[in-house]
Amino acid sequence: MANKIPRVPVREQDPKVRVTNFDEVCYGYNAEEAMLEATRCIHCKKPRCMEACPVSVQIPRFIERVAAGDFEGAAAVIGEDSSLPAVCGRVCPQESQCEGSCILGIKGEPVSIGKLERFVGDWSISSGKSAAQAGAPNGHKVAVVGSGPAGLACASDLAKMGYEVKIFEALHKAGGVLQYGIPEFRLPKDRIVAAEVENVRKLGVGIETNVVVGRTETIDALMDREGYDAVFIGSGAGLPRFMGIPGENLNGVVSANEFLTRANLMHAYDEAYDTPIYVGKRVVVVGGGNVAMDAVRTAARLGAEAHIVYRRSEAELPARVEEVHHAKEEGVEFRMLTNPVEVLGDENGWVRGLRCVRMELGEPDASGRRSPVAVEGSEFDIDCDVVIMALGTSPNPLIASTTEGLETNRRGCIVADEATGATSREGIFAGGDTVTGAATVILAMGAGRKAARAIDAYIRAKKA
Amino acid sequence: MYKILKKQLLAPNIYQMDIEAPRVARSARPGQFVIVKVGERGERIPLTISDYDAGCGSVSIVIQTIGVSTQKICALGEGDSLADFTGPLGQPSEFVHTPADELKGKRFLFVAGGVGTAPVYPQVKWLHDHGIEADVIVGAKSEQMLILTEQMRAVSGNLYIATDDGSVGVKGLVTDVIRDLVDNQGKQYDEVVAIGPMIMMKFVCLATKPYGIKTTVSLNTLMVDGTGMCGACRVTVGGRTRFTCVDGPEFDGHEVDFDEAMRRQGMYRTIEQRAAKIAQEKAEGHVCRIGLDK
Repeated sequence: MANKIPRVPVREQDPKVRVTNFDEVCYGYNAEEAMLEATRCIHCKKPRCMEACPVSVQIPRFIERVAAGDFEGAAAVIGEDSSLPAVCGRVCPQESQCEGSCILGIKGEPVSIGKLERFVGDWSISSGKSAAQAGAPNGHKVAVVGSGPAGLACASDLAKMGYEVKIFEALHKAGGVLQYGIPEFRLPKDRIVAAEVENVRKLGVGIETNVVVGRTETIDALMDREGYDAVFIGSGAGLPRFMGIPGENLNGVVSANEFLTRANLMHAYDEAYDTPIYVGKRVVVVGGGNVAMDAVRTAARLGAEAHIVYRRSEAELPARVEEVHHAKEEGVEFRMLTNPVEVLGDENGWVRGLRCVRMELGEPDASGRRSPVAVEGSEFDIDCDVVIMALGTSPNPLIASTTEGLETNRRGCIVADEATGATSREGIFAGGDTVTGAATVILAMGAGRKAARAIDAYIRAKKA
Repeated sequence: MYKILKKQLLAPNIYQMDIEAPRVARSARPGQFVIVKVGERGERIPLTISDYDAGCGSVSIVIQTIGVSTQKICALGEGDSLADFTGPLGQPSEFVHTPADELKGKRFLFVAGGVGTAPVYPQVKWLHDHGIEADVIVGAKSEQMLILTEQMRAVSGNLYIATDDGSVGVKGLVTDVIRDLVDNQGKQYDEVVAIGPMIMMKFVCLATKPYGIKTTVSLNTLMVDGTGMCGACRVTVGGRTRFTCVDGPEFDGHEVDFDEAMRRQGMYRTIEQRAAKIAQEKAEGHVCRIGLDK
């Protein structure tokens, strides 16, 4: 039986070495390893993995192609549903999606679907074979706001249909969260992100950087003055949250967004770049999501003793299991059931510590997770000189506040139809984190693709 | 790439550059700023807009060489290009959105300190273009350090100059001029707008508070992206944390916690010193001293 083969382990950089560099942690499968791992799939009649995938990648079909050594065929299968396999193979929370539903996982180890997807994505990039081709020009223009996963996916699908597409990016580099948020050691910028962006460019999509929509241009100016028939907003959820506790504006308290943007987008860890970054001797990162793991592991690489403080227990950590595992291997200390109540400062206004309380888990809350309750009288101090707040983000109000008639909800997210991305304004569509609040790359990509189909339908209907 | 169309030396170490940036030029309003990055490896730094011309598609910025990035920008000449130029960022000044009839007859006093004269100029010019002659106080170290004086004179009502050394205008501080105007010259103002070094804005606010004159300041905090993403620019205004880049840069000066803002502004200056100290400590920690201390 094929499933008697144990899961093929993936080669990784030694933790002691990698904590001193920013090179990618995981080397990924080579062709031989990928083909062997692919034989473990038992091709269920009703593939639960596919049902658990937010964009329904035809997992057994592409794995079957990998097993046969037909990597180009595998790439074509994935390409039908996903436009960023090299990215999603690296950053998707597989354990709660495809791999979490794999039947082999019940008694043993699930098929390593993520690593296989990554292998196929990397193979496509290095072989230079991009299956996609631009469609014959249909004479219509669409503007895409933001070059993150949602925008890239929407733009490439529209280009394939023959639309003239231009992406407007606020920062100086394309890629959105793939560029400023996810660190190099998890998602290489030049080899993977730039290559994915380049593939979108090859379809004829224009990318104009340094355009902050809502400031440099409004959505209405793009439609009225520049003649775009429709606009897709994929501007992400970029505003960092803080806790609202005393001492949060002390020197040495930064948002994870700031810390990671300095490190990733601005290359502050590289002396050849001008942007400064400060990690001090001991860093405490507050939060338990992927961004918290990214921040704490970046701090460790910059030479700090790095800690995570999280108010729930390890079972509730929202981060990918692999990231938590890697962080532990790299010497990150986890302080669970701990919640900050005050940042302590020295006489010069710099952080000198973090006052916390111990928590215990009470009744399940709306999210189904047991909500943490502070243990009275349990205050204690952690010495540190930097505190990084990784508490999630909310959508940037710049676009909503400058686009009349564009409806937002209580949390500031743009209201959009789940199936089509249609907003309260005709011709304006939205998807990704700006609609859902901070979520995943694959969901944003899926929303971009759905919107592309809806935009096509909208423009065709208008023309008719 | 954003071409430098014109470069002028305004005062020692202070340059004005006209940058080709048609989108920014068309959207810019008084009170807003830009983020500039020189070269592939440069820092993103916020700079003030000193003028803009939608017709020519150019935006003027004024830069004082104070650190690595500003030195790199000022080393460029006409015909060279900036790698990145983003804007206009921040909210325009409140008066831009004030209805004309409400604005009419409003008495403004602008207080500009040093390079702060640059962002004051488009505000005074905008008001002048809308029929309002605002009074302006310009403060500088000396006559040599004054910038844009003639341009400012052309669009302002009364122009008062204060220098530290008395080389031109009144010898003294801008706050002395404010008090003199209100106490001795019977001047009345509905709003004071102060732009300059944090310490100057703090003292202008302390000076205007007893008179109960609404005072607006424009904060030049640290920033990375300038679009609300990083939070490096957070300031406390009226007890609430606000982001200078998206909520500001202009705030009610009587509500701003200037001491915190000044401390935060200097964060990376002290970081360099602290980093050097930590590196030294670490290095020294490895030196074996067994038997040597006696």
